[in-house]
Amino acid sequence: MNQKIHTMESDLVRQSAATLASAIRQGDVTSEQVTAAHLDRIEQVDPSVHAFLYVNREQSLKRAREVDRGIAEGNISSPLAGVPIALKDLLATKGVPTTCGSRILEGWRPPYNATIVERLEAAGVVSLGKTNMDEFAMGSSTEHSGYGPTRNPWDLERIPGGSGGGSAAALASFQAPLAIGTDTGGSIRQPAAVTGTVGVKPTYGGVSRYGIVALASSLDQAGPCARDVMDTALLHSIIAGHDPRDSTSINSPVPDVIQAAQSADVRGMKIGVIKQLQGEGFQRGVLEQFNAALDLLAGLGAEIIEVSCEHFQYALGAYYLILPSEASSNLARFDGMRFGIRRGDDGTNSVEQVMSATREAGFGAEVKRRIMLGTYALSSGYYDAYYGQAQKIRTLIKRDFESAFLHVDALVSPTAPTTAFKIGEKLDDPLAMYLNDIATIPVNLAGNCAMSLPIGLAPEDGLPVGLQIIAPAMADDRLYRVGSALEAALVDQWGGLLIEEVPAL
Amino acid sequence: MTSTAFDHVMTEFEPVIGLETHIELGTHTKMFCGCSTEFGGDPNTHVCPVCLGLPGSMPAVNRTAVESTIRMGLALSCSIAPWSRFARKNYFYPDMPKNYQISQYDEPLCINGFLDVTVITEDGPKVFRVEIERVHMEEDTGKLTHGGGAGRIHGATHSLVDYNRAGIPLIEVVTKPISGTGSLAPEVAKAYVAELRELMRALGVSDVRMEEGSLRCDVNVSLSRPGQSWGTRTETKNVNSLRSVERAVRTEMVRQAERLRNGDRIIQETRHFNEETGNTTSGRSKEQAEDYRYFPEPDLIPVAPSEEWVNELRTTLPEIPSVRRARLQQVWDISDFDMASVVNAGALDLIEQTIDSGVSEQAARKWWMGEFSRIANERGCDLVDLPVQPLDIRQVESLIASGDLTDKLARSVFEGVIAGEGSVAEVISLRELKVVSDDSSLIAAIDQALSDQPDIAEKIKSGKIQASGAIVGAVMKATKGQADAAKVRALLLEQLGVSE
Ligand SMILES: [Zn+2]
Repeated sequence: MNQKIHTMESDLVRQSAATLASAIRQGDVTSEQVTAAHLDRIEQVDPSVHAFLYVNREQSLKRAREVDRGIAEGNISSPLAGVPIALKDLLATKGVPTTCGSRILEGWRPPYNATIVERLEAAGVVSLGKTNMDEFAMGSSTEHSGYGPTRNPWDLERIPGGSGGGSAAALASFQAPLAIGTDTGGSIRQPAAVTGTVGVKPTYGGVSRYGIVALASSLDQAGPCARDVMDTALLHSIIAGHDPRDSTSINSPVPDVIQAAQSADVRGMKIGVIKQLQGEGFQRGVLEQFNAALDLLAGLGAEIIEVSCEHFQYALGAYYLILPSEASSNLARFDGMRFGIRRGDDGTNSVEQVMSATREAGFGAEVKRRIMLGTYALSSGYYDAYYGQAQKIRTLIKRDFESAFLHVDALVSPTAPTTAFKIGEKLDDPLAMYLNDIATIPVNLAGNCAMSLPIGLAPEDGLPVGLQIIAPAMADDRLYRVGSALEAALVDQWGGLLIEEVPAL
Repeated sequence: MTSTAFDHVMTEFEPVIGLETHIELGTHTKMFCGCSTEFGGDPNTHVCPVCLGLPGSMPAVNRTAVESTIRMGLALSCSIAPWSRFARKNYFYPDMPKNYQISQYDEPLCINGFLDVTVITEDGPKVFRVEIERVHMEEDTGKLTHGGGAGRIHGATHSLVDYNRAGIPLIEVVTKPISGTGSLAPEVAKAYVAELRELMRALGVSDVRMEEGSLRCDVNVSLSRPGQSWGTRTETKNVNSLRSVERAVRTEMVRQAERLRNGDRIIQETRHFNEETGNTTSGRSKEQAEDYRYFPEPDLIPVAPSEEWVNELRTTLPEIPSVRRARLQQVWDISDFDMASVVNAGALDLIEQTIDSGVSEQAARKWWMGEFSRIANERGCDLVDLPVQPLDIRQVESLIASGDLTDKLARSVFEGVIAGEGSVAEVISLRELKVVSDDSSLIAAIDQALSDQPDIAEKIKSGKIQASGAIVGAVMKATKGQADAAKVRALLLEQLGVSE
């Protein structure tokens, strides 16, 4: 990190956010130069990756110059001041198109900023644009985007995960050093795993949801994405904290994630391996790398204990009742009346017909599927059997975590059962697609926090494998303690971050 | 509809009624955002991402609205739930920005209370205890204006939406079924809503401006033959005035009785009330009723008022209006009828304040119920809106007591005050409204009148005392009515040496 920074574009885009911020602070490089380097990179590689849905070069450069001025005048001082970022297109950005990956919102420019966006602006983090995603965050491959799929920089024929595939692919292809994702059932962690990047789903309520278009309100959580643990922690510290506009946001101090990321120390920690999240359904190379990582953790002084979470087997079923139920209601507002597209308004149709035609034209198949599922699950006469039962499962899963955390400080599992699959491979099989999130979903149901970080390449396909670390609610710092220790050990092994192995584009 | 038709209902049927009353709370900001609740304003000027339901926006509960609801619950003797939740009521309609309404469903804030209401009957006042099932909070919707067609969404060429009202906090008070009222059901319904309104005003949680549509009632009615189980009910929606509540119950009772007598069944349905005709018309039947797919609002944490907070709010409760009325009626020693008139005129507070300022009970009532009510009526405004204060009455009353004003002059003073001519003192000086009590100036005026009308003077002298009216009249005119007529008459007779 203390190497002298070169202002050559190819160098700038490969630096960590922390390195860039430090160079900007010291006047070695300007935010404008760093931003321009990333914008150039986007122009160069994004036609083949398709991570971004919207980029406005002039706007980003103008903002970078303002930040440069702010830093020079001492008005902006944050650990990431001047560093560019990619924002998932689920975040409301004032005056900037926000589509949520859906055709129904085509052309909508929100009149307000999400709280996260405000915090990033105040911290002098410069937005590069909005990233691609599965429509309304429904999916695990970014194939369900209304604007075409994003490709995985490790293999352009493969998916970058989802729903936040755009953000993860932007990081893995060096188009952005930082990104914001959102995670309802794994949408930050699974893309991180399959792209060899780092992503954290903070504790539910740890980061404000205000201005993030809701998929399933009780599960959604925005979080930081980056290429290493420290950058993730720095970003986490900027976006986290209480927001009175989100009444589900937690009003207590943010755990010291930066200090935890510096510690790199797991000595004496008890780390639980979840019995239910290995074995059948998990790719061989994924398990191999996972077990190697466990050995590494043990070697670093952690005590590895197997724990059982009996009710995890019901998690997927409960999730696919709760999520569609909430989504069916959250997405009701997309009716062509106030924003986005409108269809059928030719003077011959009733308001119901216009609403219906708009939704028919604007929503993709997966969104319609989930709206129908949710509408059904909430219907009178079915509510108790579906939504009601799912909530009970949720409570049981929460209890599984609680009893596990009586014995261990953190839990680990593979983040996703497989490495990145081929584009189109699972498109016709929703259930196979849903199984991608088998290991990540329980965390959303329980509301605690988790990280995915790269632990190696699967021998059989040479694609990245992610490890998931899970900690109790409001113990987000533990993710960074375990993550930084493991990352440091792996970097020692490899002589650098795994992402440096990504093929050149 | 004739009263005979109504009387006829009662020969065969007994009604059960139920009321769901929605009242706008008087908070300055909306239920879930910081927008102003002020009435009027250009369309869509009191809006923000939250009350427009823009993607990504989130509600945050208005604490004052919760406080008002708890106080209302306490005043209705409800239990306050230590834990209650908001729910989403899902249905598509363009006046609803989110296509769901945030309301409370199976976990309301206040449950199981009651409100005693008094109905005046031929046999004197009769008290009914109306049991309250629940009191909860919800948000209002926007307002649609339909163009082209008949003012309805069907057949309209276009519709305009104003979201200023969207998100205004509402309180909904739901009664349990009210039975045993017999033919008094319409009056009980009206008295209940009136009492609810008084209670909200007394609590200061809403000024309940019915003309602005801030109180809306859904009226449930069913009929059954004595001794039989309750009949099928209908729900008449959006009944917006006290008079309409009474009429809606009455018409619906008559309509249902007719159907039942003809052997037709009552369809469980919602009905619309026509303000002009007083009739109800069929709306949506239960069979085609919407499934609102209620579920707990995941964007809001539960409302869990602490016991301390509830107890603290309990200490802020004013005297319950019915208790207060009974007390004042006793103190003022007036009939049920007079008391009812005072309440109906909205004069209770004003009279009480006037008495408190030192005016006699009788005088206070006389001014407010007489002269002021007449003026308010002429102006078509409420008594409370007249620019006259209890202290003005006190000032005028003490001038009357000291003989400086007559009743007639006092009326003129108030006329001036209400017309905005100034304070009591200013009006008196402006209009020169002082009683002329100086004997010498009165005698001078009498002398003048006598010399102007010598024939009258002679008549009086000859004992035709009734003729003195002409001279008194002339003197009153000369003194611009500021003399005491009785005094003028006495001085005149004395002057002429005539005795009665
Ligand atoms: Zn608002």
